[in-house]
Amino acid sequence: MSDFTSGVWDYFVAIISITSIAGCAVFLKMHSKVRAKLDEQGRPQTTDHVWDEDLREYQQPMPRWWVVLFYLTVAFGLTYLLLFPGLGTRYKGVLKWTSVGQFRSEVATADARFGPMFDAFLHRDLVDVAADPRAHQIGERIFLNNCSQCHGSDARGGNGFPDLTREEKIWGGTPEAIETTITGGREATMPPLAAVVGSDDDVKDLANYVRSLSHSTHDAARASRGQPKFVICAACHGPEGKGNQQIGAPNITLAVLRYGSSVDAVVDAIQHGHHGVMPAWKDVLTPAQIHLAAAYVYSFSHPAAGAKPDAH
Amino acid sequence: MRTDAPRRRAHDRGDGAGAGGAQAPTEVVISLYEKRPEIYPRARVGASLGRFQRWRWIFVWLTQFVFYAGPWFTWNGRQAVLFHLVQRKFYLFGLVLWPQDVIYLTGLLVISALSLFLFTAVAGRLWCGYACPQTVYTEIFMWIERRIEGDRAKRMALDRSAWTARKVALKGAKHAAWIAVGLWTGFTFVGFFTPIRELAAEALHLELGPWETFWILFYGFATYGNAGWMREQVCLYMCPYARFQSAMFDRDTLIITYDNARGEPRGAIGRSRDRRSRGLGDCVDCGFCMQVCPTGIDIRKGLQYECIGCAACIDACDYVMRKNELPVGLIRYTTMRALSSKQPARDVLSHVFRPRVVLYTVVVWGIIAAIGVSLALRVPLKVDVIRDRRALAREVEGERIENVYRLQVMNTSEQPHSYDVRAAGMAGLLIASSPRFDVGPEQTQTVVLRLQAPGASVPPGANRIELQVQAADDAAVAVREKTVFFGLRR
Repeated sequence: MSDFTSGVWDYFVAIISITSIAGCAVFLKMHSKVRAKLDEQGRPQTTDHVWDEDLREYQQPMPRWWVVLFYLTVAFGLTYLLLFPGLGTRYKGVLKWTSVGQFRSEVATADARFGPMFDAFLHRDLVDVAADPRAHQIGERIFLNNCSQCHGSDARGGNGFPDLTREEKIWGGTPEAIETTITGGREATMPPLAAVVGSDDDVKDLANYVRSLSHSTHDAARASRGQPKFVICAACHGPEGKGNQQIGAPNITLAVLRYGSSVDAVVDAIQHGHHGVMPAWKDVLTPAQIHLAAAYVYSFSHPAAGAKPDAH
Repeated sequence: MRTDAPRRRAHDRGDGAGAGGAQAPTEVVISLYEKRPEIYPRARVGASLGRFQRWRWIFVWLTQFVFYAGPWFTWNGRQAVLFHLVQRKFYLFGLVLWPQDVIYLTGLLVISALSLFLFTAVAGRLWCGYACPQTVYTEIFMWIERRIEGDRAKRMALDRSAWTARKVALKGAKHAAWIAVGLWTGFTFVGFFTPIRELAAEALHLELGPWETFWILFYGFATYGNAGWMREQVCLYMCPYARFQSAMFDRDTLIITYDNARGEPRGAIGRSRDRRSRGLGDCVDCGFCMQVCPTGIDIRKGLQYECIGCAACIDACDYVMRKNELPVGLIRYTTMRALSSKQPARDVLSHVFRPRVVLYTVVVWGIIAAIGVSLALRVPLKVDVIRDRRALAREVEGERIENVYRLQVMNTSEQPHSYDVRAAGMAGLLIASSPRFDVGPEQTQTVVLRLQAPGASVPPGANRIELQVQAADDAAVAVREKTVFFGLRR
């Protein structure tokens, strides 16, 4: 794409560049010889310039190779402009070099080199790949470069992002489910339900009941008052609150909840809802890379099949 | 001090324009560039090497022993001196330096620079004359040249002669020998940066990598070009140090100079030994000082920037003085003050130890001591604490707060070690992940560290804590790193 809207600038750049370089050569030639005054001995000793009373500049000849270096620089400059696109956007250079082209060729080289290594794992069963120490190392690097930004470098997640080291996962923990999650991404919404639940007090009662499911800190009286309202939650999270992996409704009987574990955090969830997105990686990672990343994630909850999650 | 006296112009040789005539021109067109006149330095005057030339050869042997033999020594089963670029580790006998230790390189450069100032303040271009690789390799290459083509007169005659088979053979032999030395130098140089024994094996089997080949040829060519062809031109036209050192000279700096008062008026040896009665000084105008000069100057014109301080002229002149039963030292190491004020010889040296020299000495030794102490107290363990960027803090079971850190643990020793990590600085802080881990020799390992604290007791925001990583078998090998533990906003 052209950086300049008018083609005139191409000529402007080209003319200035070539004239300057050629001008350097002409200038050099013009100033290789000087007219010097002769001193008493009839020798052209100094340039006649005198500074600070007695400092005189001598007419000291430089070695000839020195000036040749200058001409070589000029020749280099012109050759460079002939080979590479340095004269505006119209002239592409003899080599047709572009930065994008160089990038693509480097990517192609890397793919040719590393592709077979990745592909060797693609055709193996994920459970089997998860047990391979070499695949684990590759998977770890893929995870640290692409997944750890949200899920943390130890994959244990944090507020808003699920813990991947648990066997039970929101969208399912089978090898196929993990691979599907990474490939296509996931998205789920919990709507704001305060209006359905009732008053602020009713919401607080329900939140206390949710916390009681995991025996976390809660107000028992409020919890028992809130229990009947749980049918609203059960529609997605199931009658026991164990969640529904088909629609990505998480298990809310856990002590640690994804969007905060306090009663206040649950109240907030009921009042305002939540919207969770896991982006799709199919355009970023190759199928083989996704396979390796999935195997790495799978190995956390199946340590017998892989390495310990803490030992990176 | 004349720093830019004209040299070797065509006019000096008397074959230029402007010679006499009634209508001598007052102006002439001259070229600012000229083919470099070949210099044919004479090996020596007399049968044996002079005092200073002997010193120069001692330095050639010393520096070249360190250079050529250095990479072949072994230490603990590895190359003793190796600046391993691929592994990014510098081995110096028992010492292993990592890129993080680059401060020591800075220290070395500062020491080198200050030493240069010190030596220059004391006796001018000692470095140039005795130890600079340009001088040393030129010396070696000129020695080869003399072995093959003969000394000054023979070389001059050979260059003037037509291209006979003998001349081609001699020149060919010289360049072959030069290229061999150059390649060996390039090979040795690369051997400082990649294991030289492996490199030698690769070279023997012609399996050198493209970069190894390139750098061996590059340094080989640089040696051959600089020491064989460029020689004094490197000092005259390329070397910045040659030009800025005059700023470090003063009237008490020892320089190689000609005693004008004693030598002039110069005159050839006559039948009469009594030069005074003939109105002559001690200079017999033999020209040997110019013949031995590697930069082709006449030291009798005074201090010149071309002089690299090799003292070859002193040795030549002393020999001639002795032959003619005149006192030596017409050309000698002395100071401008001594020359101009008729300072007694014994005062010259005491003047050399002036405040400037004392100051340089103190600073140089101060930095050497500081670096020595710092190296001696160095702990062979480095730890970088990297926090996860997104997850500041998270809730975990038991209503606790957890923070995750990645410790980059670098075992810079050559033995494997187990390390224990401890965390302090906050009530109830405990380590939830494994507190002990093993790191192999010269390995870097990333360890995920999980710290927990009771949720109720952690103030929101950043809380300063300190991690300590300590070798299980050596309490002295310990590193403390400051970091923060984030509490959740309530």
